[in-house]
Amino acid sequence: MDVLNLAHGSFYMIGAYAAYTVVTATHNFWLALLVTPVLLAALGAVLELVFFRRLYRHGHLTQVLMTFGFTLVFVDLIRSRFGPATKSIPPPAGLDGAVHLLGATFSAYSLFVLGVAAVVGALLVIGWRISRVGMVLRAGVADKEMAGLLGIDLPRVFTLTFAFGSALAGLAGVIAAPEFAIYPGMDANVLILALVVVVIGGLGSIEGALLGAAVIGLGYVIGSTLVPQFAIGLIFAVMAAVLVIRPSGLLGRRS
Amino acid sequence: MIQGRIPYRSVLLVLFAIALGSIPLWAPRFWIYIATQALIFAIFAMSLDLLVGYAGLPSFGHAAFYGVGAYACALLALGHVDGLVPLLLAGAIIAGLAALPIGALSLRTSGIYFLMLTLAFAQMLWGLAVNWTSLTRGTDGLIGIPRPTFPGLDALNITLYDRGPFFILCLLIAIAVFVFLEALARSPFGKTLEGIRENDRRMRALGFPTFRYRLAAFVAAGAVAGISGALAAMANGFATPDLLYWTVSGMGLIAVVVGGSRSFVGPLLGAFVVLVAQLGLSTYLDRWELVLGALFIVFVLFLPRGLVGLVRRA
Repeated sequence: MDVLNLAHGSFYMIGAYAAYTVVTATHNFWLALLVTPVLLAALGAVLELVFFRRLYRHGHLTQVLMTFGFTLVFVDLIRSRFGPATKSIPPPAGLDGAVHLLGATFSAYSLFVLGVAAVVGALLVIGWRISRVGMVLRAGVADKEMAGLLGIDLPRVFTLTFAFGSALAGLAGVIAAPEFAIYPGMDANVLILALVVVVIGGLGSIEGALLGAAVIGLGYVIGSTLVPQFAIGLIFAVMAAVLVIRPSGLLGRRS
Repeated sequence: MIQGRIPYRSVLLVLFAIALGSIPLWAPRFWIYIATQALIFAIFAMSLDLLVGYAGLPSFGHAAFYGVGAYACALLALGHVDGLVPLLLAGAIIAGLAALPIGALSLRTSGIYFLMLTLAFAQMLWGLAVNWTSLTRGTDGLIGIPRPTFPGLDALNITLYDRGPFFILCLLIAIAVFVFLEALARSPFGKTLEGIRENDRRMRALGFPTFRYRLAAFVAAGAVAGISGALAAMANGFATPDLLYWTVSGMGLIAVVVGGSRSFVGPLLGAFVVLVAQLGLSTYLDRWELVLGALFIVFVLFLPRGLVGLVRRA
C-alpha cells in the first residue's frame, strides 16, 4: 500500500495479549486464534478510516510520525492493563508434545507454526499474483489516479487491505504467544525484525518478504549458536551485504 | 523581502538567549534541570533537522549518534580522561565515524527505505549496547560519569557540578551549534544540499557529486548529535542503552516536526515543547506516554508544518 505503519508491531503485540486474555479466561487457544484476527481487523479498519486515510497525500515522514504516536499509546495502554511483567501461555492441548521426524526431535507446536506460516504465505502469494483483489491493489499502488478513473473504489480497497494486514499481524501475535514471551516492548522487537526482513526481501514483494524472513530466521539461529552475544549484529551484517549488492532488496524492483 | 526580516528575527533570538541565560538566577532547581535537558535535546533536534529539513533525508535512526556520543564520552571520562573540550570533541568525532559507514550504506537507498534502514541500524547499535556487556555493562549502563573541568573555571571558583554553570555551558554550546548550522545551511554547501533535495538528477547533471554531499551532511549531523549525547552523559552522570532506543529518534523527529523543519528555530522550539511535555506529564501522570503519543497524533494531523509554519502563515 506504500504506507509505512510503525504501529504494525503494536498490532502483533495486541494480538499476543488478546490471546493471553482469551486463553487465561477460557483455556481455549483455538478460540483465540479465531477471535483475535477479527478484532485486529476491526481495529485496523477503524484506525485507517479515522486517521491514516488523511495521511496518504502527505509524505512518508508524516505517516511514520503519526504511527509512532500510536505505538506510544498502544504500549502504554497494554502496560496499564497488564503490567510490565512478562506473560506466557501454554501451547494448546495436542500440540504440547514432541514429534520425532527424520531422526530429529521437534516440538509439535513449532511444526504447527511452520504449517500455518506456509499456508498463509502461499495464500498471500496466490492472492497477490492471481486474485482480482491483488490485481486491484497492485494497480492502486502503481497509479492511484488511473485506477480510480477505471472505476475502482480505492478508498474501500485500502481500508480492507489495511484491516487484512492488521488481522495478519494479530494472527502472528496469537501464534507467537505460546512460543515466545509476551511483554510490552515485544512490538518494537518484531517491528525492527520485520523492517529488516522487508528491506532484504525488497519492498512491495511478498515473495521477497518470505525469502527475507527465511534468510533472517536462519541467520539469527545460526548466529545465536555461533556468537550468542552478537546474533543481532550478524543479521544487520547480512542486511548491509544485501544492500551493497542490491540496494532495492533481493527481489525488489529496481528504482 | 529578507532584508527587513533578518534583524527582527535576530533580535528575537538574542532576547530568547538572554531570557534563557537568566534562568539560573531566578528559576527553581527543577526548572534548571528541565531547561538543561531541553537544551541538550534541542542540539540533537537541530542536527536532525539538517538531515530532515535541508537535505531531505528522513532519518529514523538519529539516536544512534546521540548514544554513541554519550558512550564515547562516558567511557573516556570513566577512563580518567578529563577536560570539557576533549570529551565533547571525542563524542563528535566518534559519532561522526559511526555515521560514516551507516550513512554510506543507508544512502544507497532513499525515501521510505532510507527511513527503515536508519531505524534498523540504530536498533542494531542499541542491541550492541545491551549485549556487549564487557564494554557497556548492558542494561545497567555506565554510571558515575564525572563532570569535566575547564581551564580557568577553578580559579573563579566555578564547578560544572553546579546546575547553574552547567546550564550556561549547555546554552553556550547550543548557541554555537545553532550559529554553525545556520551558517552551514546558508553556505554554498547548504544550498547545494537543498538543490539535491529538490532535484537530485539535475544536480548530478550539473556536476555535483550528490552522494558525497549527502554523506557529508549525514556525518556532520551525526557528529553534532554526538556532542549532544556527550553533554547528556555529563548531565545525567550515566549512559544506558535507552539513549539509543528508537523512541529517542522518534522524539527527535517529533521535535523537528512540531517546531517546523527547514529552520533551526523550529527544532529548538519543538525540543522545548516535547521535553517540557514529556517531563511535565511524567511528573504528574502515570500514563504520560499515552498522553504524549496522543499529543503527537493531534499535532501531525492538524499542524503538519509545525509551530514555525503557524507563524509563517500568519
